[in-house]
Amino acid sequence: MLNFVLRRLVIAIPTIILISIFVFTLQKLLPGDPVLAMAGEERDPQVLEYLREKYRLNDPIPIQYLNWIGNALRGDLGISLRTNQPVLDLILEKLPVTFQLAVMAMIIALLIGIPAGILSAVKKGTFIDYCANAIALSGLSIPNFWLGIMLILLISVKWQLLPASGFVSIFEDPLRSMSVMIMPAFVLGTALAATLMRHTRSAMLDVLKSDYVRTARAKGLQERTVILKHAFRNAATPIVTLTALLFGELIAGAVLTEQIFTIPGFGKLIVDAVFNRDYAVVQGVVLVTAVGFILMNLIADVAYVLLNPKLRNLA
Amino acid sequence: MTHASENVSVPDPILVAKRENRVWKKFRTHRSAMVGGGLALFFVVVALFAPILPIDDPAATDWMAVRKAPSLAHPFGTDEIGRDVLSRMIWGAQASLLAGVVSVAIAIGLGVPLGILAGYFSGWVDAVISRCTEALLAAPFLVLAIALAAFLGPSLTNAMIAIGISTTPIFIRLTRGQVLSVKAEDYVESARAVGLPTFKILRRYIFPNVLPPVLVQGTLSVATAIIAEASLSFLGLGQQAPDPSWGQMLNIAKNYLHQAPWMAMWPGIAIFLVVLGFNLLGDGLRDALDPREK
Repeated sequence: MLNFVLRRLVIAIPTIILISIFVFTLQKLLPGDPVLAMAGEERDPQVLEYLREKYRLNDPIPIQYLNWIGNALRGDLGISLRTNQPVLDLILEKLPVTFQLAVMAMIIALLIGIPAGILSAVKKGTFIDYCANAIALSGLSIPNFWLGIMLILLISVKWQLLPASGFVSIFEDPLRSMSVMIMPAFVLGTALAATLMRHTRSAMLDVLKSDYVRTARAKGLQERTVILKHAFRNAATPIVTLTALLFGELIAGAVLTEQIFTIPGFGKLIVDAVFNRDYAVVQGVVLVTAVGFILMNLIADVAYVLLNPKLRNLA
Repeated sequence: MTHASENVSVPDPILVAKRENRVWKKFRTHRSAMVGGGLALFFVVVALFAPILPIDDPAATDWMAVRKAPSLAHPFGTDEIGRDVLSRMIWGAQASLLAGVVSVAIAIGLGVPLGILAGYFSGWVDAVISRCTEALLAAPFLVLAIALAAFLGPSLTNAMIAIGISTTPIFIRLTRGQVLSVKAEDYVESARAVGLPTFKILRRYIFPNVLPPVLVQGTLSVATAIIAEASLSFLGLGQQAPDPSWGQMLNIAKNYLHQAPWMAMWPGIAIFLVVLGFNLLGDGLRDALDPREK
């Protein structure tokens, strides 16, 4: 197993190198001289030359990349032009906020998506199946930022049931945190619930056709036991890996949700950085997100092998 | 020497025609695909005919009709500077559909040739293309699109380029997989054995087989691209004022939820319907083209 994990880690290295080259190249897409963007209003040639030297922009591009990636490997992702804080510190400060939002959204998605998927598969071809599929497709088609706006309009503005914005850590005040975060978590979790429902349905349909389910039924087991113990347990393997993959998507999907509900997280950090032309922060966020995504892929692969006895022995 | 292609065991044209007929028949009878197709077509027609429809100028402001609720004069109400929401919605459809179609065209234009190269030639070509694809897939779609749009500068064109580039890896991976399975087919082996030029094999035997899944993915990707464009415009990175787009309209509307909720309602419903249309159409195409589906 350890060999398998190490092998997967080695395979991930070229991907990380390539994505780092891509992120580095982003800066080169900036129209005009990047020093002018850094200098703001300042146009003194001496200052511009000083900045060019300071950021080693006179070096050949491959050398600039090596400097940049060398620093990134030591945890130095540059300094935010706006706040003057190290980019890594900013990311580490915002990440727990988004993480809490993502975990809550994932719980909501699992609570809706899996039971709906099982029910839809068991009742295939019935009105329930039709409705579940229609709701899932709608969930995938609704832009989540619009859903957020509509929920704010109804629940916060009209009925005044929940606050429309802000953030409270779950460790500070769990109840207040739940009331502030439940709406954004629901918005973020909807599309995910739809994806999970569709995958659970198709995995369950495959398993329900198998011989061991037929045998379980022939033995006279209760339908509930057949579905939950025999069928779902086997259908769960691809769902677990999908969940790991989707968690990475959640962190990215939080960009818009955090913007609407004014949550000071990772997503808001990148959007604010874009508007403040704080390019080091944008690069840092993309790099960290991509590396996190690759790690989630790795976890999904390992989980798949661990949960599948046939592959476990091969690994 | 006779033409090499004449000796190749190509798929029977009668069988191909029969299959096409079957696919079309299946597609025509697929109820949800028809609904989806109808929805998508409706928005395409509205967007195309926007210049000749009898509607107000989408940029015309009326300070006497600021944030007016829906009425006969303005069926969808007016916005914060008295512009007609309906005409902005109709003109906004152009931006959304254009972004959806152009960005997917960019992704197909880049992704399919690269996928064919990777799948057909294998070796180092495949290794380089596949590693680059994995790297791009490692960055979440929206984050990648935001970063690209931010560095390229905010505009509808740059948003389309950003979405197109972010969508490309999906098509590279899909095409590569399809080519790998097609190139093992007997007729491709025979074509190679009789010395048919590579370009001809790719054009005649590989490309037509790659097309159906690309068509399905393309339709579904238009839906994703429309949401992505709306998201970028919502963040201020897509269509720029005063030209309307649904995402940008929502961005402004969120500031007037108390006073003018209709400003937020219509653009969202439009995005939902058009995206649902393309999703249904894509699902229907997939079912029609899937030989296992009866």
